[in-house]
Amino acid sequence: MVKLAEWRGKEVFRKYGIPLPRGHVARSDDEAEALVRAGTVPLPCVIKAQVLAGGRGKGGAVQFATTAEEARAAARQILSLEFKGEKVREILLEEKLPIARELYLAVTLDRAKRLPVLIASAQGGVEIEAVEDAQIDRQWIHPFPGLTGFEQRRAAEVLRLSGGPAKSLAPVLDGLWRAFVAEDAELVEINPLAVVGEGLVALDAKVIIEDDAAFRHPEYSEIRDDRTPLEEIAREKDIAFVQLDGNIGVIANGAGLTMATLDVLQELGGRPGIFLDLGGTDDPKKVTEAFLLMALAKPKVVFLNIFGGVTRCDTVANGLVAALQQVPAGQRFPIVARIRGNNEAEGTAILRAAGITSVPQLKDSAQAAVDLARRSA
Amino acid sequence: MTVLVDAETRVVVQGITGHQGTVHTRQMKAFGTQVVAGVTPGKAGGEVEGVPVFDSVRAAVERTQANASCIFVPAPWAKDALLEAVDAGIRLATVVTEHIPFHDMLTMYHYARSQGTRIIGPNCPGIAAPGKAKVGIIPNVVFRPGRVGVISRSGTLTYEIVNGIKEHGLGQSTCIGLGGDPVVGTSFVDALPLFEEDPDTDLLVMVGEIGGTAEEDAAEYIQHHFTKPVVAYIAGRSAPPGKRMGHAGAIITRGKGTAETKVAALEAAGARVARFPYEIPDLVAALAAGAGRR
Repeated sequence: MVKLAEWRGKEVFRKYGIPLPRGHVARSDDEAEALVRAGTVPLPCVIKAQVLAGGRGKGGAVQFATTAEEARAAARQILSLEFKGEKVREILLEEKLPIARELYLAVTLDRAKRLPVLIASAQGGVEIEAVEDAQIDRQWIHPFPGLTGFEQRRAAEVLRLSGGPAKSLAPVLDGLWRAFVAEDAELVEINPLAVVGEGLVALDAKVIIEDDAAFRHPEYSEIRDDRTPLEEIAREKDIAFVQLDGNIGVIANGAGLTMATLDVLQELGGRPGIFLDLGGTDDPKKVTEAFLLMALAKPKVVFLNIFGGVTRCDTVANGLVAALQQVPAGQRFPIVARIRGNNEAEGTAILRAAGITSVPQLKDSAQAAVDLARRSA
Repeated sequence: MTVLVDAETRVVVQGITGHQGTVHTRQMKAFGTQVVAGVTPGKAGGEVEGVPVFDSVRAAVERTQANASCIFVPAPWAKDALLEAVDAGIRLATVVTEHIPFHDMLTMYHYARSQGTRIIGPNCPGIAAPGKAKVGIIPNVVFRPGRVGVISRSGTLTYEIVNGIKEHGLGQSTCIGLGGDPVVGTSFVDALPLFEEDPDTDLLVMVGEIGGTAEEDAAEYIQHHFTKPVVAYIAGRSAPPGKRMGHAGAIITRGKGTAETKVAALEAAGARVARFPYEIPDLVAALAAGAGRR
C-alpha cells in the first residue's frame, strides 16, 4: 500500500482532468516565498503540511497567508513541525478560494461485493466516518461498463448540484474513476470537493496505490510507507516482516499460520516481538536471509514454526543451518523449532545434526519458546 | 459425489514449464489427479512429467478434453491466462498465483462469472478431494479420505489443520483453500452451499482470518441455510490493529473484521469456535461422533 501525499495525489488528479486550485509544492521557506512572488501561487494562499496523518487543520499544519512575507513565515513554521510523529519535509502552497459548499467523493473497493464503490456525500470537509450513514450514498460500479451516465446523474442529485456545478461534476467523476482504474488505486478520495462559483475544485486528495500493481507503476517505487529500517530491508528481500514490542522472534510460513502462532504464544504468556513470514519458497538462500534479518532484530529466542508445502522442511533446515554459521557467536539466540509437512523427516534430521530439536506439537513447542524467553529476560 | 472436483476432473496446468508448475504437476499426479495437459505459450510439443504441453488452452482442451485449470502463471500475466481458460470453455479455474493486482482480479472474476466459470483463488492452495483429485498445491501428506469438509482463507494454516484432522484418525471429503486476497473468486458464502449439498460431507471446518467481513457473512449464511455442524477457527486474535501481516486481507480497519466480531457472529450462528488450531481435531471428533459417522 503506497499512500500518496496530498500534492502527489493532486498530480494524479491533474493527469485525469480533475480541477485543482493553482499551487505548488515547496521544501523550504525560500522556495515558498519565491513561488508566491513569481505568481505561481496567487494570494491569498493556504499552506499545508504534506504529511499522511489526518486532522492537519486542527494541528497547526494548515495556515493562511495574504503576503509573500506571511507565506514565508508560515512555511518556515510548518516545516519545523513534527506532525503526529511524522517530520514535515514538504508543504503545498495553493490559492485560497471562495468556497460555497464542501462535498465528498471517493472510489474504493468493496471486497464483500467484489465491486468498486462510488461514495458520495453532500457533507464534505469532515472525516467521512463522522458523517451519519443516511447522508452517505453508495453506488457499486461494475468494472465492464465502468462508470455510467445515470450513475453520474444520481451522484449529482445526491450532492444536490444543479446548473454549472452539476455540469462540472461529470469530468470530475470521470477523472476519479479513470484514476482509480488506471493507477491501480485502492482508494481515490476528494474531501472536500468545493463548489466555487459555477465550478468544482478538489481541495484535497487522498490516493492509495496497491502494492501488487507496482510492476506496472515504477513511478511510485520511490515512495516509502512508515516502515522501520529492518522492515524496509525485508521489503527489498520480499519477506513479510513486522516489528512490535516483544522479545520472541517468530518465523513461520504463510500469513494464517504466522498469525495463529502469535495467538498461541500470546495465550501462553509470551510476548512475540518480531514476526517474519517466509511465504512460499523453496530457496534455502531466502531462508538464510530471513534468519540473518531476524538476528539483526536481536530477539531473546526464536520460534520457528513451519508447515512444509511449497516450502519444504529440508530447505528451511538447510537455510537455518547456513544462517547460524554466519551469525557471530555473541549474537546467537536459542531456537525452538517445529517443522512439519513435506520432507519433515529430512528437515528434522538436518536440524538434529545442528543440535536443534524439532518439537512436533504446536502447543508444546510454543510453550518451550515462552519458557526460554522468560528465563533469558 | 464431491465438491467441484472428482475422478472425472481433467486438469490443464497453465505455466507448467515453470518451476512451481512442474513440481506441482508431479504432486497432483501422485495424488491421483488426471493431469492431461500443460500450457506454456511457445513451448508446444514438449512434455513435463509425462504431460503434453500446448501453446494455448484452446488447443489443450481440443486435444485432451481438459475441464479444469490450475494456473501458476506469474502475476503480470495471470489475468490473461485466466481469461484464456474461460474463453476455451474451462469452467473451474484454480489460481495459485499470488500478488495479482485486485483490479485485474475484478476483471477476471466478473468475466469468468459472465461465462459460467468458477474461480478458486487467487493466492490460494486450491482444492483437493482425497482419493479423487487435487487441483492446486496442498501437500498430499496431510490428507486421508473421510467425511470432514474444510474451507479456509489461509494456506499453510490449512495444511496444519487438515493434518491435525488426519492425525486424529479422521479424514476429509473436500478441502478448499479460498485464498486470502481482497477479491476472491469463491468466498465462504459461495462455498458453503456446495458442502451443504455434498452427501459425502458430514461436518465442516471453517478457517478464517482477521480482516474483511467474509466470516461474518458466512455466519449469516450458516445461521439460515447450513444444517451441518461447523467448527470454526479465526487466526489473528493477537494481531495489533493496522499492522499488515502478509495478506492484503489481514488488515483491521475501522473496528470491523476483528477476531471478536467474527467469533461472536459464528458462535451466534451455532458454530463451535476453537481458540487455537490444535483444539480443532477434538471438536471435530466430538461432533463427528455425534453425527454417527466418520
